[in-house]
Amino acid sequence: MSAVRRTLAGKLPLLIWLVALVLCVGVILRTHFVADMSAFLPSNPDAQQRVLVEQLRDGTIARLMIVGIEGGDAASRHRASRELAAKLRQSPRFIGVQNGESATLARDRSFYFNNRYLLSPAVTTEHFTADGLREAIGNSLDSLSGSAGMMLKSLLAKDPTGETLELIDNLQQGGGPRVADDVWVSRDDSRALLLLQTSAAGSDTDAQAATIAEVRSSFEAVRGQSGDQANAMRVVLTGAGVFSVHSRDAIKFDARLLAGLSTVFVVILLLAVYRSTRLLILGLMPVLSGALAGIAAVSLGFGQVHGLTLGFGATLIGEAVDYSIYLFVQSGQNSQGAAPRSWEGKFWRTVLIGVATSVCGFGAMLVSGFPGLAQLGLYSMSGLLAAVLVTRYVLPSLMPKSVNMRDIEPIGARLTSAAHWLARGRVIALGLIAAATVFLCVQHAHIWNHDISALNPVPRADQELDAQLRGELGAPDSRYLLAFNAADEQAALRAAEKLDAPLRKLVDDGVLAGFNSPARMLPSLATQQARQSAMPDAATLRSNLQTALVDMPLRADKLEGFVDDVQAARTRKPLTRADLDGTASALGLDAMLARKSEGYTLLIPLNAPASNEKGLDLQQLRTALASSQLEGGNENLHVIDLRDQAESLYAGYLDEAIRLSAWGLAAVIGVIALALRDARRIVRVLLPLAGSVALVMAGLVLSGTMLSILHLIGLLLTVAVGSNYALFFDQGDEDTTPAQQHRTIVSLVLANLATVVGFGLLATSSVSVLSALGATVGPGALLSLLLAAVLVPAKRTSA
Amino acid sequence: MKNTLRQLRLVLALLCTLGLLPLQSVSAASWQLPDLMKLLAETPAGRATFVEQKFIGMLDKPVVSSGELSFTAPDQLEKRTLKPRPEALILKGDELTLERGKRSMKMSLQEHPEVSAFVESIRATLAGDQRALERVWKVALDGAPNRWALVLTPLSPGFVAQIRIDGVRGEVRQIDIEQSDGDRSIMTISKVLTP
Repeated sequence: MSAVRRTLAGKLPLLIWLVALVLCVGVILRTHFVADMSAFLPSNPDAQQRVLVEQLRDGTIARLMIVGIEGGDAASRHRASRELAAKLRQSPRFIGVQNGESATLARDRSFYFNNRYLLSPAVTTEHFTADGLREAIGNSLDSLSGSAGMMLKSLLAKDPTGETLELIDNLQQGGGPRVADDVWVSRDDSRALLLLQTSAAGSDTDAQAATIAEVRSSFEAVRGQSGDQANAMRVVLTGAGVFSVHSRDAIKFDARLLAGLSTVFVVILLLAVYRSTRLLILGLMPVLSGALAGIAAVSLGFGQVHGLTLGFGATLIGEAVDYSIYLFVQSGQNSQGAAPRSWEGKFWRTVLIGVATSVCGFGAMLVSGFPGLAQLGLYSMSGLLAAVLVTRYVLPSLMPKSVNMRDIEPIGARLTSAAHWLARGRVIALGLIAAATVFLCVQHAHIWNHDISALNPVPRADQELDAQLRGELGAPDSRYLLAFNAADEQAALRAAEKLDAPLRKLVDDGVLAGFNSPARMLPSLATQQARQSAMPDAATLRSNLQTALVDMPLRADKLEGFVDDVQAARTRKPLTRADLDGTASALGLDAMLARKSEGYTLLIPLNAPASNEKGLDLQQLRTALASSQLEGGNENLHVIDLRDQAESLYAGYLDEAIRLSAWGLAAVIGVIALALRDARRIVRVLLPLAGSVALVMAGLVLSGTMLSILHLIGLLLTVAVGSNYALFFDQGDEDTTPAQQHRTIVSLVLANLATVVGFGLLATSSVSVLSALGATVGPGALLSLLLAAVLVPAKRTSA
Repeated sequence: MKNTLRQLRLVLALLCTLGLLPLQSVSAASWQLPDLMKLLAETPAGRATFVEQKFIGMLDKPVVSSGELSFTAPDQLEKRTLKPRPEALILKGDELTLERGKRSMKMSLQEHPEVSAFVESIRATLAGDQRALERVWKVALDGAPNRWALVLTPLSPGFVAQIRIDGVRGEVRQIDIEQSDGDRSIMTISKVLTP
């Protein structure tokens, strides 16, 4: 009876483990994986940051996709542009497709002409008096004298007051893209260009991937229809969504490939030592469990898992596999017989301290205001805890009683004497650490890279292509924005109208090169109605025209078309957003009028003058706009430099991470101090950790690398891994048998090899965030082991 | 709309920039198109003032403007309207710029094939490139070296029905553009400032 109970009790951890694994898998299957910038955006943004976050997440700017068609001959490219645009316009995946075709331009032209009296700010009561008409018509006649006069005359009969021209002049600032063969092309006509607005939000990576696939397959279909020249064509894509998809793919590919390679290496290494597939498989169990637990924990804690967190999981192999190596190798379950029971207690104590330091290091990240960092913290903590629990409670009961493990005694002996030999270099090591520390103190201002591009997973080539296509399209870089939160669409439109005059003044004063505003595309209902009531009836207008045209070369009876159009405008239904459907302006309007869960946000892009290299003076703008009395108060108006916002966001993110790491390190010191309770031992254990951190940082800075947040995380991981080495060296220093010492050192070298190879491979990744991590942890782990060997053992009296 | 406007503005502007050719003497013996082309091709630079009248059906009186013209070989043309409203139109290589007040608009000739063909034909006249000219226009020469008229009729119909350029030896005196709708503009180049 009691035997049965004991067996059951022995099986209990196994049962719990299996159930936990199933639960984790269940959670993971329901997990939403994301790969956008959202992990790097604050969870509690201020008003300005919120604009940035929303723009990046699902703003119109994040929905824009620029398509370039290259190769082949010009005629094929132009034809492909037209056919691709026609195909994409049929697809529900696109809200807008523009390629410069005059059919679209003609729609805009007729929109502005047909609605000129509702759209034009010139429409006031005075405008239609005899004096107002005389002035406006006089101006129109004067403009006929210019080089464009013979063209403008066609507008005279129906629009003698020149509203259409004024509207169109206001509409487009700066040159648009070059047009050849009725489609947009790059300046040298080596590329045909299309501008798409996707239905999917920029942050919806899966939908963006499907959208990209549709553009590509549509292009293939278009290209497939004709001859050799067409076959030489290819399509290039850029945009926020494209970046998300590409970087997710790149990270996925690199993480998979490199994790695969390092797994193969670790497997070969462990097989060579264990000579048992059962031990090998058991040894990978903590890794697997840790990874599953980590993902499940993040999924439960955050509701979603970022791709980078996942990629980071691959690196967890480095540490999680260590526990089983320590267990298998140090327990000495080979032909020489089991280690004494006293070993077991000490062993688990050491592992426990090691895990506690790692958990402290990463735990500090949990409180980060940035989801990405907090996710990494939670992932690492729960992953490591799961790994160590599995190693502690599940593996022992599954381990074979006796295995034919390679006899590690000779290697252990050689490694031990090598360690003793290394320990003579104590002074050199201390000198190097001191030098590195001094160097870092001197260089302290140039260690951290506060530039957000350090975090950008988008390859440089893609960024350059983006800048090139954007420049060719004449798309503004959208760096400066005026944002106003309004209760509804009409309130947002009224705000745009109030801001129009002060903004125009800023343009006239040369402070701004230009701005875009909904004010001229879709006036508020109130404004449209005011304009309608400002228009006179037909009889009054005719009589005013008679008076106005005295002594002018134009007779009133030639302007009956004008009178009719004004009458129609007076009584028609005011314009709504739907009236812009099909025009190019609709895309622009939607970009500036963003619907939010509560109300609308008005976004007015501001263009800085090209001559202004310092950028806009935001304070000057705020002052200039302060006088406009906006509904709901001017505190809802924000002048934002998106680049500054993004940079300060990242800088804050980095500073917070550094601060939290410092807390984490303090906790690590606390844990070690509490566990060892001996000042000399504490120093001996901490010194190699601090030393390897200092040396790695100095090495990176010397090689010209400015450290980013990923380097910082790498340093934390170095401490987590390295603390195990130091603690085992410290434990081995106590009264242990030489055989036990040999086994310990072999297990450390084995674990170290696995880590160094895994992260060394990561350092070769083309994705900057992955290579930063690899370049830190690879050398860091190696140095930790070497320094632990050199610095931890107390001076031996007998050697 | 904007593009179309610009394109037409520029076409018209270019049509008005032809009268910039300095005086040169030519023997009257065998006065043929190649002779005129040769004479025009030898023109390096010139400046002149102009008066332009636009006869528009809707208006009872012509719209009058005046200003300065200048040409620098091989491809720079400027038309500066001074009255009644200042405006500058500059063609340099492939690029056309229209400046009015603070506003400045640029366009590339290559952007619009229709405009391009038209504009290149005018440039061909100034360059004395008969073959390029005849690709787009039916060219007829009338008169004698001291009083000639070049009549250009488009091979495919557009908004210009005919252009008539009157000149005396190497000097263009008047450009008369007749539009398909019957309206016309006459630019008189009244004075050569420098040869």
